[in-house]
Amino acid sequence: MSTESIAWPSTPVESRSFVDRLHEWIATVDHKRLGILYMIYALVFLMIAGIEATVIRIQLIRPHNDFVSPQVFNRLFTMHGTTMIFFVIMPFLFGFANYLMPLMIGARDMAFPRLNAFSFWMTAFGGLLLYFSVVGANGLYGAGNAPDVGWFAYAPLTSRTFSIGHSTDFWTLALLVSGVGSIGTAVNIIATVLCLRCPGMTLAKMPLFAWLNLVMAGLVILCVSPLTAAQMMLVIDRYLGGHFFDTQAGGSAVIWMHFFWVFGHPEVYVLVLPAFAFASEIIPVFSRKPIFGYPVMVGATVAIGFISMSVWAHHMFTVGMSSAANNFFVISTMAIAVPTGIKIFNWLATMWGGKIEFKTPMLFCIAFLFQFLVAGLTGIMQGAAPFDWHLGNSYFVVAHFHYVIVGGILFCFFGAFYYWFPKMSGKMYSETLGKLHFWLFLIGFHLTFDFMHIPGLLGMPRRIYTYEPGRGWDTWNLIVTIGVFFQAAGILVFLGNLIWSYFRGKVAGNDPWDAWTLEWSTNSPPPVYNFASIPEVKSRRPLWDLKHPDDPDWEYE
Amino acid sequence: MRLRGSNKWRFLGSQILVFVWSASAAFADAAPPFSPTNIFAPASTPAKAIFGLSLFVLAVTGVIFLVVFSLLLYSVVKFRKRKSDDGREPPQVYGSNQVELAWTIIPILIVVALFMATARVIASVQKAARPDNAIEVVAIGHQFWWEYRYPALGVVTANELHVPVSNDDHPAPTFIKLLSADTDHSFWVPRLAGKTDLIPNHPNSMWIDPHEPGIYLGQCAQYCGTQHAKMLLRVYVQQRAEFDGWIQQQRQPATVSNAVSQGQRIFETTACINCHTVAGTVANGHFGPDLTHLMSRDTIAAGAAMNTPENLQQWITNPDAIKPGSLMPAMQLSDQDLNALTAYLETLR
Amino acid sequence: MNAISTTLRPAELEWELPERGRVAMFALIAAEAAIFSIFVVAYLFYIGKSLSGPLPAEVLSPPFLYTICLLSSSLTIHFAAKRIRSANVRSFGAWWLLTIILGAIFLYGTASEWHRLIYEDGLTITTNLFGTTYYSLVGLHGFHVIVGLLGLTTVMVFTLFGTVKQEHAERIDVLSLYWHFVDAVWIVVFTVVYIIGR
Ligand code: HEA
Ligand code: HEA
Ligand code: HEC
Ligand code: CUA
Ligand SMILES: [Cu+2]
Repeated sequence: MSTESIAWPSTPVESRSFVDRLHEWIATVDHKRLGILYMIYALVFLMIAGIEATVIRIQLIRPHNDFVSPQVFNRLFTMHGTTMIFFVIMPFLFGFANYLMPLMIGARDMAFPRLNAFSFWMTAFGGLLLYFSVVGANGLYGAGNAPDVGWFAYAPLTSRTFSIGHSTDFWTLALLVSGVGSIGTAVNIIATVLCLRCPGMTLAKMPLFAWLNLVMAGLVILCVSPLTAAQMMLVIDRYLGGHFFDTQAGGSAVIWMHFFWVFGHPEVYVLVLPAFAFASEIIPVFSRKPIFGYPVMVGATVAIGFISMSVWAHHMFTVGMSSAANNFFVISTMAIAVPTGIKIFNWLATMWGGKIEFKTPMLFCIAFLFQFLVAGLTGIMQGAAPFDWHLGNSYFVVAHFHYVIVGGILFCFFGAFYYWFPKMSGKMYSETLGKLHFWLFLIGFHLTFDFMHIPGLLGMPRRIYTYEPGRGWDTWNLIVTIGVFFQAAGILVFLGNLIWSYFRGKVAGNDPWDAWTLEWSTNSPPPVYNFASIPEVKSRRPLWDLKHPDDPDWEYE
Repeated sequence: MRLRGSNKWRFLGSQILVFVWSASAAFADAAPPFSPTNIFAPASTPAKAIFGLSLFVLAVTGVIFLVVFSLLLYSVVKFRKRKSDDGREPPQVYGSNQVELAWTIIPILIVVALFMATARVIASVQKAARPDNAIEVVAIGHQFWWEYRYPALGVVTANELHVPVSNDDHPAPTFIKLLSADTDHSFWVPRLAGKTDLIPNHPNSMWIDPHEPGIYLGQCAQYCGTQHAKMLLRVYVQQRAEFDGWIQQQRQPATVSNAVSQGQRIFETTACINCHTVAGTVANGHFGPDLTHLMSRDTIAAGAAMNTPENLQQWITNPDAIKPGSLMPAMQLSDQDLNALTAYLETLR
Repeated sequence: MNAISTTLRPAELEWELPERGRVAMFALIAAEAAIFSIFVVAYLFYIGKSLSGPLPAEVLSPPFLYTICLLSSSLTIHFAAKRIRSANVRSFGAWWLLTIILGAIFLYGTASEWHRLIYEDGLTITTNLFGTTYYSLVGLHGFHVIVGLLGLTTVMVFTLFGTVKQEHAERIDVLSLYWHFVDAVWIVVFTVVYIIGR
């Protein structure tokens, strides 16, 4: 297998004008550039949605605060939730999948480069559309602004009776458009993984990253499509006068909930599987051991994929389902603990007996393990339906899902940024700043989201712009809000680190982590064609084989 | 320094003790610790059933947490790369079927146990028989206030639900039928029962049987629009005799008094009657709360403000000052008219 | 697994992967199927829930003729794809054209049914739940037929200009997969709307 590669195009970057370079980026169909575009896009929206969260928290810092009006508050959490899910985490994961997938499976690009560019711009357009509502949603009646229906937009709040103006239209169209982009990318990922693997890389020899993203893409296909369908119905209702969710004409509010959560629940696994993918690459490398139980990990992933499509109504325990339906969704929800547990245990076993190096990426992944454990267990509590009759729609749920999404997914994403930054930029990040980021964010995270469980248990519902004093919620909310500022500081350090290292960082070299997957065999940053000659692999850790010719992996697998 | 540190720990310890104490005290229906809406201070059978389950689930997940957390911590500490490292790779282990089997089967068993406990509580709450003497209430969620009807007793009121105490000797549970006039809402009084949503076109029901008299608080728990935050719930649990007295009083038509005929005239000639009912008068609007016995309520605007004359006046002139975004328009009245109107409202006992 | 990795064969000889167009088409079809199932579920859920007329039993009659046209177009496209594999371009063109015509007849059928429903029976998408679900579901399918026809027509134009050759057989196959899907969906829609729904 070859580790040399052709160099980056010989024209020196400086000689091209800004417009030329901009044009190159905008018209690009290269998977690496699109990947980076996705990530920058996601980072920008992370700032925006994070600032929205900060304003939410400032408003809730004490009872009867009036930092923002209820109308603004409702728009804030709607925009915060929608942005974070659809325009932060989704682009992050598509960005990484785009950048890394071809490199990891030894391919030169994604299966459909043009579709790839199209999908990115659809997603990007979706985000812009959503935010255009801030100026554009006033419409004829001077009513509305940014959407304020909540990120799951329960009917009939979205009907024209209760949502005049165009804010909801912007919301639904943004999700429709970005949904088309997501489906396009998912199709692309599936085709890439199945059709472009380099010689020797059977399905059983793909890095776990490829497996997890394959299952993720499959879930996107099967879950974003229902959302798209539901949004079409909403558009039909709002623009053509249909009655799908029009409760005055016999339409059902509950069917929207089903449609939304048929999407919404698999969606959260769409978000978490790529995080698992990063952990599955990073933990072995920094423990210096192969992933423990690879076939079981693959099996567990596929199981998660399937089970996650049958649990959606655990978001609806309080809408008055029959006890049979409640029982069904309890058992299916809890069943998911089994494959997820298997994953946690296998990561644990991977570290067991290894030599763990606490580099920044590994720190983030270890924190992820601890935090995901807690978040999963609070998920199980909500899965016990009667317990959820209390917990549902309270701050406990908000704490649960931020624990998964921030404590699990965002931590893994930060880990991934640090881990692959040397590959993407060719420069090494600053380890000191990385660790500072880690500790600031860790402290902020725990201040915010640990203490957020408690007001939930004390009866505080979510989505309230203010609350009564004397309910025992005040102190907890104060602590929660303080935590946000630590998180913000951490993120600022992170951004600073990225920018500083990009310009000033040490040259990283091709394989700074002494890692084992194919992307580390090519240049940093990789040339346009990724590999000078297409590699050939014999095991799951081709670079291990290369570095240990006397003791190659394929003799054991 | 040292002392302060240990003080802090002692403080934390005492806090934990308080928490544990309060959780156990909750069994005894003591005053709710920490919060009037604490879910760990149940005061009615469904809430107690949930409380029992939640302790079980917390215990199971707590043990899982301790075990897995310790294992993680142990491996992170034990297997960290040491300063004295020889630079060689550790033994490469690829997996083990026995271990995999173990950590598949044990969680399956745990899940089965959790499920069975859960299913029992679901049945006990959802399939509870309804005794003949149960009180029947229809609760209708409106954008930002609650309407309560007692069909069998002929009472209509708003925002403050009255129910009798129920105990083993005299069980008198209250069954609540949940409807919505507009968007989704959710009825959640944590000490009495879990929440159930009020959804248009989708009637739901729930039941409570509070064991101790008192005022139980809660609030709407499903986002329903601008003022979702101030759609508060108050449940007055009364001794049977007191409750019967309240019913009697609520069935009376509004008191009419000549002393306030001026205010009544204003009420009946402004838009008020389009939205409000005062039984026995021409006012029979249904968009807003029934005002027949307004003065029998402690609060106005779904608990957003105390029912005082000043608050009433402010509410009528500018509801947004109390509850921005509520669906009652600000009424433009001269001071004189306002005073007369309030005087009239004051008589609606 | 051992067997595969220890004896690695020369890659050029035996490294075969599925064709990307086909895989992508199957993925797309899965996504489309998910969209349709949501609309079908909505249709089934709302059967009999309309608050006012007209009701399906009063105004719908199964369009057997047009259904036969659409279904047989699956056969004709299959024959066409077969012909191009054996490099018989003229015969391919003929079958292909027939497919387009059958698809167009079906579309005409839908259009005339809608015309009748709107102008004679007064059923529009706003009339009641039946109208909403009916026009959405049938319309969604019709939209797919139109997209399919656009694709087919593009190929037809290229065929007329003589640019379609045997080497394009794989792509033709992929396109025909889509057409088969559109037909298969109609069987579901037909059953739901004209049989169960009445
Ligand atoms: C992205 C991530 C993500 C992930 C991975 C999860 C994972 C899980 N979630 Fe979470 N969830 C959300 C994101 C996520 N969730 C969001 C965004 C919402 C709210 C949406 C909204 O309302 O706005 C939500 C809401 C939500 C609800 C609805 C609450 C309500 O609104 O009433 C429920 C209820 O069952 C639930 C359960 C679970 C469960 C059981 C898991 C499981 O997958 C967890 C499994 C993991 C473990 C259990 C830990 C590890 C396992 C072991 C160590 C093995 C041993 C353990 C046992 C045998 C128990 N979640
Ligand atoms: C991906 C998902 C994601 C992420 C990462 C977050 C991150 C955060 N969320 Fe979010 N949240 C949701 C998804 C997410 N959330 C969803 C789906 C909802 C439900 C919405 C609904 O109910 O409809 C929700 C709701 C929600 C609520 C409940 C609102 C309510 O119900 O009333 C709260 C309240 O505290 C909250 C807080 C936070 C905080 C403090 C963070 C923090 O972690 C954020 C940290 C980030 C920052 C602080 C930005 C830092 C950067 C800067 C400040 C840089 C300065 C700027 C420049 C240089 C330009 N979120
Ligand atoms: C357009 C309809 C409308 C009109 C007109 C209207 N109200 Fe109201 N009123 C409401 C609604 C809706 C509420 C409940 C608001 C809430 O709690 O969010 C309300 C609440 C109230 C309350 C508090 C009741 C309670 O128990 O909480 C009082 C008192 C009241 N209105 C008095 C008046 C008076 C007096 C007038 C006329 C001068 C008036 N209203 C006119 C709709 C109206
Ligand atoms: Cu009513 Cu929220
Ligand atoms: Cu879920």
